[in-house]
Amino acid sequence: MTSTSRSTRLYRLTPYFFIAIPLAIYLVWVVGPMLYTFYLSLTDWDGISQLNFIGLRNFRSLFRDRVFYKSFTNNIKWIGSFITVPVAAGLALAMALNRAVPASKFFKALFFFPMVLSFVVCGLIWSWMYQPDSGIINSVLRLVGLNAVARGWLSDPSLVIWSIIFVAIWRQVGYVMLLYLAGLQSVNPDLVDASKVDGAGSWQSFRHVIFPQLAPITVVVVVISIIDSLRAFDLVYVMTKGGPFNSSSVLATFMYNEAFNNYRMGYGASISVILFAISLVFIFIYLIRVLRTEER
Amino acid sequence: MAAKRYLRTPGRVIVFAIIVVVAAFWVVPILASLVTSVRTYDDLLMRGFFAIPDKIVMTNFRDAWIQGKVGTYLINSFRITLPALGLMLFFSSLTAFALARFRFPGNRVVYLMYVGGMLLPFQVLLLPVFRLNNALGIYNTHIGLIAFHTAFQLGFCTFVLRNYMLTVPGDILEAARIDGCREFRIYWQIMLPLTLPAMAALATLEFTWIFNDYLWAIVLLRTSELFPVNAGLSVLQGQWRMDWAVMVSGAILAAVPTIVVFIFLQRYFIQGLTLGSTKG
Repeated sequence: MTSTSRSTRLYRLTPYFFIAIPLAIYLVWVVGPMLYTFYLSLTDWDGISQLNFIGLRNFRSLFRDRVFYKSFTNNIKWIGSFITVPVAAGLALAMALNRAVPASKFFKALFFFPMVLSFVVCGLIWSWMYQPDSGIINSVLRLVGLNAVARGWLSDPSLVIWSIIFVAIWRQVGYVMLLYLAGLQSVNPDLVDASKVDGAGSWQSFRHVIFPQLAPITVVVVVISIIDSLRAFDLVYVMTKGGPFNSSSVLATFMYNEAFNNYRMGYGASISVILFAISLVFIFIYLIRVLRTEER
Repeated sequence: MAAKRYLRTPGRVIVFAIIVVVAAFWVVPILASLVTSVRTYDDLLMRGFFAIPDKIVMTNFRDAWIQGKVGTYLINSFRITLPALGLMLFFSSLTAFALARFRFPGNRVVYLMYVGGMLLPFQVLLLPVFRLNNALGIYNTHIGLIAFHTAFQLGFCTFVLRNYMLTVPGDILEAARIDGCREFRIYWQIMLPLTLPAMAALATLEFTWIFNDYLWAIVLLRTSELFPVNAGLSVLQGQWRMDWAVMVSGAILAAVPTIVVFIFLQRYFIQGLTLGSTKG
């Protein structure tokens, strides 16, 4: 009798044996640090000396910091471009390449190729292409007589962030295309055929039959794109370090510069709290979706 | 034949033409990098990008590999990526097994914590983890970097593996349980082999992610001799600021392992990406 109750109690504990060690690691390196960021944002930590609690002073200076608004605007530009251009281009390419296009395998692989390259590699290659004197972009423009269009793609403060976002889009299109290609596999071909029989044109059957069935993928793509935009760091840091004059700064590079170049780590932490607050909205949207699929 | 059949309407010809034009944006950077890497920078500067080079050189690759230390950085990358990969797959499969197979108080909370964490902009963790690794005495060591990568990627791996394990029919595991198998043996001898396809996909994807890391390496390491290859490229960028031919050659060398993955393991990589998105 006692032995069975002991073994059922042990059995009830089994899942906890499985999750304990990974969970401990996760709590120490992810959950704990996430909470600790909030505390650090309320201190004057400089990375070396003892830290002091200074209340909301970091946030007060942050909201008066011109670079903060510049970085924030750049993140918004990044998000805006990321949830439109790669989604539209990726969907269009998926629709086109889903049919028996000549060499469709080659094109799929080509568009998808940059996904395996690191942001650093992409950033370096494009920095060289953007190079004003002998880079390929200005060379081509001069070759075809468009000298007036050739410019310093990464040195013009009003242009630089767009030049960087373009590279990010270049890397992202193939990924979105791939997700839509996977999604198209589950689109019911009978429904598409039925709509054709009913006299729907290609655009109409796309608009009313195919696209609605791709809606779940579109939600995932948009959420992932927004999160990726908020994570943007490597490309900017490799290509411009946020310059010239902070014109290409984003929240993540702003935070890194303040924390590791100016030794204002408490201030840097307050920037990451803002970053966290923005992302929380989208994390919740995603979690609610996950919970809904659970209940089905 | 197939091409002719496809291209029989003008609409399709136009679509195909657009695809080709768009594809140029992907072909040109690749070709431009390859051309640059085999020319001297002086030649590029003096005679322009489109001149026929006097000679093909391998000196850029040699400079990047030896003086630029790309060889050393690549070894570091493997020393960081492979242990992190093994640990994250082992730990996340343990968790996934428990989450998929047992109903227990806290199941849902633990699962949502991992899913939520996988979407976190990881910069949020930068300063606390920097401080933590300093306090633990593992700042500026590979172990510190491996620990963080393992922990952070547990979110995504657990998410993917748990959902995959839910699709494994419970009867198989129940039969083993009746035969008196201990839970760990059920996990190790029955569940893991059945999860292998998902593990392969996940491993391929995570390999490139960890390999391509830059930010965490420059934050958690100080000595450039310990840098993995993408952080190493930024050192190279400082050394060879004025020589794009060497820079681009270094970038190509740094990309070789992930290009190998692209060529040989593309199927798994794509499966990994879609596994992570369709179920969510």
